[in-house]
Amino acid sequence: MSRSLVVPAIALLFTVIVLVDFVMGIGVLWYLYAVLQILMVPFELMTTATAPMVAVLGGWKWIVYLALLCVGGYGFRAVGQRLTKNRPFYRDMPFSVALGYVFAATLIVVVLLNYSRSFSTLGGMPDSYFFFRSALHFLVLSSVAAVLFRQFGCMVGTASTRKLFRQMPATASFGILIIICYAIAAIFAPMIAPHGQETIFPRANIIPLVPEAMGGDPAFPLGTDQIGRDILSRLIYGAQNTVGIAFVTTVLAFFLGVTGGFLAAVLRGWVDQVLSRLVDVLMAIPALIFSLLLITAASSLFSGTGLTWAMIVIIAVIDSTRVFRLSRAVGMNIVVMDYIEASRLRGEGVGYMIFREILPNATAPLLAEFGLRFCFVFLTIAALSFLGLGIQPPLADWGTMVKDLGQFVNYAAFLPQYAMLPLLPAGAIALLTVAVNFVVDWMLQRSSGLKE
Amino acid sequence: MAKDSDFLVQMNDIYIEGRSDETWMPIINGVDLTLRRGEVLGLIGESGAGKSTLGLAAMGFCRDGVRISGGEVYFDGIDLLAAGASAKRNLLGKRIAYVAQSAAASFNPAHRLIDQHTEAPIRHGVMSRAESEKDGMELYQRLRLPNPDEIGFRYPHQVSGGQLQRAMTAMAMSCRPDLIIFDEPTTALDVTTQIEVLASIRDIVAQFNTAAIYITHDLAVVAQMADRIKVLLKGDEVEEADTRTMLTDPKEDYTKSLWAVRAFQRPQKPAVLSGATPVISVKNVTAAYGPVPVLNDVSFDIHEGRTVAVVGESGSGKSTAARCITGLLPPKQGSIEFEGQALPSDYRRRNRMQLRQAQMIYQMADTALNPRKTIGEIIGRPVQFYMGLTGAAKRKRVEELLDEIELPAHQYIDRLPSELSGGQKQRIGIARALAAEPKFIICDEVTSALDQLVAEGILRLLARLQDDLKLSYMFITHDLATVRSIADEVVVMKDGRVVEQGPKSEMFQPPHHAYTDLLLSSVPEMDPDWLTKLLAERGIENIGDAAVTKMS
Repeated sequence: MSRSLVVPAIALLFTVIVLVDFVMGIGVLWYLYAVLQILMVPFELMTTATAPMVAVLGGWKWIVYLALLCVGGYGFRAVGQRLTKNRPFYRDMPFSVALGYVFAATLIVVVLLNYSRSFSTLGGMPDSYFFFRSALHFLVLSSVAAVLFRQFGCMVGTASTRKLFRQMPATASFGILIIICYAIAAIFAPMIAPHGQETIFPRANIIPLVPEAMGGDPAFPLGTDQIGRDILSRLIYGAQNTVGIAFVTTVLAFFLGVTGGFLAAVLRGWVDQVLSRLVDVLMAIPALIFSLLLITAASSLFSGTGLTWAMIVIIAVIDSTRVFRLSRAVGMNIVVMDYIEASRLRGEGVGYMIFREILPNATAPLLAEFGLRFCFVFLTIAALSFLGLGIQPPLADWGTMVKDLGQFVNYAAFLPQYAMLPLLPAGAIALLTVAVNFVVDWMLQRSSGLKE
Repeated sequence: MAKDSDFLVQMNDIYIEGRSDETWMPIINGVDLTLRRGEVLGLIGESGAGKSTLGLAAMGFCRDGVRISGGEVYFDGIDLLAAGASAKRNLLGKRIAYVAQSAAASFNPAHRLIDQHTEAPIRHGVMSRAESEKDGMELYQRLRLPNPDEIGFRYPHQVSGGQLQRAMTAMAMSCRPDLIIFDEPTTALDVTTQIEVLASIRDIVAQFNTAAIYITHDLAVVAQMADRIKVLLKGDEVEEADTRTMLTDPKEDYTKSLWAVRAFQRPQKPAVLSGATPVISVKNVTAAYGPVPVLNDVSFDIHEGRTVAVVGESGSGKSTAARCITGLLPPKQGSIEFEGQALPSDYRRRNRMQLRQAQMIYQMADTALNPRKTIGEIIGRPVQFYMGLTGAAKRKRVEELLDEIELPAHQYIDRLPSELSGGQKQRIGIARALAAEPKFIICDEVTSALDQLVAEGILRLLARLQDDLKLSYMFITHDLATVRSIADEVVVMKDGRVVEQGPKSEMFQPPHHAYTDLLLSSVPEMDPDWLTKLLAERGIENIGDAAVTKMS
């Protein structure tokens, strides 16, 4: 489980840091502090139970908490062994694992306790549990949706797709579900979105998710931005622009990278040298800085849609260097196989060898890389838009939206619904990144036969 | 269940299942196994018979995705299936040891041999590091490793394969276990190396009165090693008897068929007419990989309809000679002639007709067939490429070729290589070579990865095709039994030179070149006393690698 969570977790953290940090100007430390706070919660819970002890021990209470946790873990394992008459699961359980179970159980209790508390907020007071509750609702809903979607997949479709769904972990089915939702939003945006992305309404700054009495408007469920554009519609159109452009860019990067990498692997010699050194030179310059530089240069030549196309080509070329490296390495492993030697001895041409012999055997690692690369391209475009160089207004784009709505975060203390606004596009980016990673991770595992 | 204290290992009615495609498939169906102290049991069977799985189950261990679904395993009265992880940890490595097939893959390349050797004794508290190192050197000496005091301080890549296999046996012995499981310990070795490893394993097992389960598919090897033999077929026990009874008087048909495999032999063909133009003629070829010389003035001819077997141990240059013929490695000097005309030395400068005439069949059918293409595509490609056939004509030709290799076309044409068995894959490799309609085929160790029954089928097929299509074969192998059954002429290579060549009948008759003699004498025979006799006859210093070193 750990591997499948690490990558999306890092991607999520990266996104949040890049996009929200700029806005809040607080820095990475704040997030580390927040993470620490969450980890401390179970101990804080114990504070009430152990208040007299804390009074005596003062600053040494942490040691007591840790000791309690250890005793809990030991007791859990011992009771488990006693009750199940030494079932192998409890019998061979290492102490660290028992500790983990107890810690997780404590955490769940704390979360449930906080959730029950979140409904007792007094009316009129700012809802300090708003983000916690929303996150929990989203987590539960998406888990249920993922499981239901997998059940659905097990029942319809051909025998092979049904089998695919049966063997699929819930994370992967969640990822697929999210990707399908994004694809539908991107393709049918004009039909789904209630308003146009560029339409400006007279009422700006409508508060989202609140009744009319408090300044909301049912016609604009997520409110409007500073100049009166509907945020829900812009989010949906943002899928079309951001995701669509990222997809085109990734496909282009793969076409360039894979062709070059396989050519280098098959022909070796000077072709390999020239291509590899060229890629080395391109990789030597930090990617984001390099693309900023090139796009700035391109902006003097193109404008509007032309600039967007220039951006696509620039990012594709820069990202194709990474694809080149991978496909060259994968290609090298395949080229040494006897069936490639057989086709060489048959007198086959380079094109046949690349596309008919090598490519079908490289699909698994390349698809996995495609997923990851897509995320990176997507984040790069969002970051560029955030900096004002990517997708140009009035087209809706999530990166630009984060930038434009950023100041609302300051309302977090007294109107969390308002503060949520910049988090919606940021969350849309994070969610897709996580979803793609879940799917890629699953595909990698399937193709490599890795076991958890 | 009574636990007879006579028995060290007692496995009763064992059922083992493996997880495959969402269901549990049976691997072992109710096999009993017993082993007394100091006794060696040979487990034989083809691949997929469940020998290794059964061997591991004797340690109470299963690989991932495999489970023991029924039965009991007792080791010295301890119920291994009910024992906890800590109880097993105390047994494994200390009282039960395991020697894997590939020592090169099983040693950790980042640590010296002696450090890996001493790990188990120190962990189990049997000996201190100093004691264990001293004991290790003594074991190395008993296993006749060169420089026993010094070899342990090398890294695994610094010693040869046979030495590594012996070091692994020493490692298994480090805690003086009661039971060692040998899982095909000599399968990956050359004949000359194998014999040395066999002799030392047999010695050391006898010296310490260790019980052993010896897993192999080579009957002649198991005949030397085991006191009793158990034959497995698809997870069922076929029969079990002591070695001599089993060899002389097998009861079951399956066992008899295993024993009969080595009987296949082609009649000797008449001598080639003098003055006939050979199909392929290798003339004074010298070749090198970069600055490293591999072939030195190699010459031999291959005539129409004949099989020339090229034998020699790994590194002797047999495969390099084939690479020179195909043009993958242009020779530094000398030339390759096809029907009297010199071929361009680089395959890229040969034309399609020249490329077509020399085809290759590879050792590992797994890597020789593109796993993402169907059988029809694999065989169809050369048909289309060389003959220009497409559509229905191409399909018809592919079906003919599949008939030729005795696989029903309608059943196999749309399958992927992963859906075939090892022998069937090798047949597809043959069909792909035939599709080019060549005159000459290089067979590079085509049977060495196959079980004996399957290998015999392949040899018979190749022989029939040769008679039907007047093919010439260059047959690279290190297995002299194969040579005996299929070759017309033999070329013996050592260190990139041809040491001896001639018709098969002469090669198997003395007098030989000393190296040929060593090769011939190293091939295990089905006589349980063969190894004992050989050692008595030649002495321990005159077999295996030791003898090769003496020679050069």
